[in-house]
Amino acid sequence: MRRSPKESADGARRITRRGLILGGAQLGFAGLLGLRMRYMQVEQADQFRLLAEENRINIRLIPPARGEIFDRNGMVIAENEPSYRITIVREDAGDVDQVIARLSALVELDDEDLNRALIEMKRSAPFLPITVADRVTWEDISRVAVNAPALPGVTPEVGLSRRYPLGVDFAHIAGYVGPVSDYDLSRIEDPDQLLRIPRFQIGKVGLEAKLEENLRGKAGAKRVEVNAVGRIMRELDRREGQAGANLQLTIDHALQNYVQARLGQDSAAAVVIDCEHGDVVAIASSPSFDPNLFVRGISVPDYKALTENPYRPLANKSVQGLYPPGSTFKMVTAMAALEEGVVTPEDTVYCPGYVEVANRRFHCWKRAGHGHVDLQTSLRESCDVYYYDLALRVGIDKISAMAQRLGIGERFDIPMSAVARGRAPTKEWKKQTYDQDWVIGDTVNASIGQGYVLASPLQLAVMAARLATGRAVTPRLIRSIEGVEQPSGRGESLGLNENLLRQVRRAMFAVSNNRRGTAYGSRILNDAFRMAGKTGTSQVRNITAAERARGVTRNEDLPWNRRDHALFVDFAPFDTPKYAVSVVIEHGGGGSSAAAPVARDITLQALFGGDPPLAAYPEKDRARIKAQQERLKRERPDPGSSGRGRA
Amino acid sequence: MSYLEYTVKTVPSGIRKLLFLNWPLALLLTAVASVGFLMLYSVAGGSFTPWAEPQMKRFALGVVTMVLVGMVPIWFWRNMAGVAYLAALALLLFVEFFGTVGMGAQRWIDLGFMRLQPSELAKITLVMLLAAYYDWLPLKKVSHPIWVALPVAMILLPTFLVLKQPDLGTALLLLIAGGGMMFLAGVHWGYFAAVIAMGVGAVSAVFQSRGTDWQLLKDYQFRRIDTFLDPSSDPLGAGYHITQSKIALGSGGWGGRGFMQGTQSRLNFLPEKHTDFIFTTLAEEFGFLGAFSLLLLYTLIIVFCISSALSNKDRFSSLLTLGIALTFFLFFAVNMSMVMGLAPVVGVPLPLVSYGGSAMLVLLAAFGLVQSAHIHRPR
Repeated sequence: MRRSPKESADGARRITRRGLILGGAQLGFAGLLGLRMRYMQVEQADQFRLLAEENRINIRLIPPARGEIFDRNGMVIAENEPSYRITIVREDAGDVDQVIARLSALVELDDEDLNRALIEMKRSAPFLPITVADRVTWEDISRVAVNAPALPGVTPEVGLSRRYPLGVDFAHIAGYVGPVSDYDLSRIEDPDQLLRIPRFQIGKVGLEAKLEENLRGKAGAKRVEVNAVGRIMRELDRREGQAGANLQLTIDHALQNYVQARLGQDSAAAVVIDCEHGDVVAIASSPSFDPNLFVRGISVPDYKALTENPYRPLANKSVQGLYPPGSTFKMVTAMAALEEGVVTPEDTVYCPGYVEVANRRFHCWKRAGHGHVDLQTSLRESCDVYYYDLALRVGIDKISAMAQRLGIGERFDIPMSAVARGRAPTKEWKKQTYDQDWVIGDTVNASIGQGYVLASPLQLAVMAARLATGRAVTPRLIRSIEGVEQPSGRGESLGLNENLLRQVRRAMFAVSNNRRGTAYGSRILNDAFRMAGKTGTSQVRNITAAERARGVTRNEDLPWNRRDHALFVDFAPFDTPKYAVSVVIEHGGGGSSAAAPVARDITLQALFGGDPPLAAYPEKDRARIKAQQERLKRERPDPGSSGRGRA
Repeated sequence: MSYLEYTVKTVPSGIRKLLFLNWPLALLLTAVASVGFLMLYSVAGGSFTPWAEPQMKRFALGVVTMVLVGMVPIWFWRNMAGVAYLAALALLLFVEFFGTVGMGAQRWIDLGFMRLQPSELAKITLVMLLAAYYDWLPLKKVSHPIWVALPVAMILLPTFLVLKQPDLGTALLLLIAGGGMMFLAGVHWGYFAAVIAMGVGAVSAVFQSRGTDWQLLKDYQFRRIDTFLDPSSDPLGAGYHITQSKIALGSGGWGGRGFMQGTQSRLNFLPEKHTDFIFTTLAEEFGFLGAFSLLLLYTLIIVFCISSALSNKDRFSSLLTLGIALTFFLFFAVNMSMVMGLAPVVGVPLPLVSYGGSAMLVLLAAFGLVQSAHIHRPR
């Protein structure tokens, strides 16, 4: 097809006409832009000329003071302290090497910092101030100020920097701050101007990161006159910003300090929850680290030591760590079976030391077997076969549902980094994840908290609190934000049968008070403060039939990372539960020998609000406990005397 | 229609095509890009790294691309218009699902040596497609409702995808460029009047929606509009860019503070001084004379394009050249309006001057099309 000459000519004319119209409009707009330029740069220039000659008015942001963090009693956990630093502007310094040589005669400069500064200086624009010495003393600052004429481009600056007076104890709770990185910026939509300030500090992990929005505050502003090189000549006016919100935690710093010290250098975690409001009064993960190192900018060897430590000090095991709960899960299996009515507390099961299911032999920890056991004796002596039997009767779905009700597999909304969900496995879950059918052996394993079941120490403590109260206690870490009380974690009733619950609690009481209980060695003698608990020892390896035949290798003979995890959960006092505690010691060996004594000590410390009287301990242990108390006291001088307290 | 329609014989062939290049246009483009190198050198504090050097390399690559695209006969490009358009759409869909998130929006595909922004490509291919469409469509049907609806769909499809990223600025540019093409092709005035009336209605709807649960724009987009209307209301929050940009610009005065002396724009915290706000630095360091000269260079580019288009008897070439000129115009007009406080901050770079690889390459390729139209024009 071909256009007629007339049509084509008409089209061309129309393009010409409309092209001219549109072209004219474009030129017109360009003219308008030119006029606007003229208006701003020539006619209005008077307004700017004064500034353009020598001084310019500049708007500077005033960083707000970051919100401070306190424990439940008003002890400072994270504060801002004035810090002095010395900066150099390359452009103004001229001969940088000479200036630094003179500066180092006045102030002691750290070689590592200096190298870092020199590299940073080469990379960034010449007019930007580069910090050469951070956290210098007031004397150093004065010396630099007096010698200012000999030090062109050198400026002493005052800023606020974060300090964690209790360091190690709160590293996993408060986390730490650090300078904003490009990665941080890339994750924020429409970032606050504040974040563009060089070396502005932002929460990196823990509370500092999770509640960054609350803690940061709003920027203030000042209008300043600056000279040609950008140095501030005088301040014209200022509008103060708004400081960040102060936080009060539910943590008790003294107890936290004790728990951290009691865990020592083991790879372990412990959680103490107040049953009344769900307040987390202590939550510790060990080994810990000093968050102040990160604020200053951690050195490479220090950082390497932390990341290469097999005990993973940077991980917050109390919420991130997931462990097979082992026998501490038996209360879940028991409650599921009792609630379903497939068994009564008085029914007995015969334990010959193993049970055959689907051609596989599942062993009880006691080779000889427990004989006839009911709920009381099975929990007290931690018989495995009883729970295998219950699980086969009630099925995995009911067990899983009960675990969820008691808090295992629930992702608690507390402001800590990487809070793990844990796992209460179901048939659908296995199908979806592994594309395999659930087999009966999985149910048997799950009944004693092995196999696919996983829980964090926080979840175990919540489980103990829920068993103790019958309410859906949820953990709360923040008591108030800027004085506003946060919702309580008291929770509504779980709707469990109170009579059955009481039976399970009584069995737990027997664990740590009956002569045959697995935690009898860790009992509390004080009648007002009796404790009910449950030991757990979870395997991290398979025991082969051959090994079982020649005798199971003892934990002490295994390499550290193949040993069993030691667990213990408890609540106390038995009659009117106040605290629920969980302790997990990674590869610690047996729950009754490794975890129970630690949990007992922590429980007593919480109940007495300090070192308990020796009378609360069994008589033969008192000498040892006394020595331990004294040792811990030496190792952890009371922070209350050195830190700055505030009510 | 076939390429036979073009009088092939009179078109130069082989290496001789170089002689028929639109040389003034090429020189103008180089001049503008050189201003860019100078400013990037200055913004980096008198250093070719990190911006000026890569920018020069990319410009060299871009010029080669432009010449190569220009040597290919224009009828080939016309036949490719549909394919190019679909490819650009596919890339837009690709970023929707796999793109890199930068500054809260999904915009890039990371190719390793550069980041490709498919929305850049979409602008040019849309212009190509519309030019080819109106070249094909008999003139009598141009204002027929069905034949109007079709190009409207062609425009709205990429606009919608770009809006989802979300990139309001580019979406608006697509709409205006597309509308401009329809206007050039001779669509009846009435349609434009109707659309403008509807546009006014839509804008008021957007503002009505604020704070309700069917809110049409993101909060930060509303804030940008607020700031545009009254930058002094919040000089530190959202109004910060505009206020700082105006102070820097105004303090340039007649002759500027001199090369590399623009302390204002370097000392303050203008975050995108090497991209969207680079004009501020130019205006401060070279004053009204410098800023106006750049505007003049831009305007000359437009003028040369328009004159080339209007003297071209081929409808596709003519429409394409005008469309590319319009797109180019929109770029610098919006950017300059933004830094001078005449338009809200929408994130449109200053063409050929702002630091950025894919924008420059795509733009030079587009000018390659203009060159091709110029070289292969019917004589």
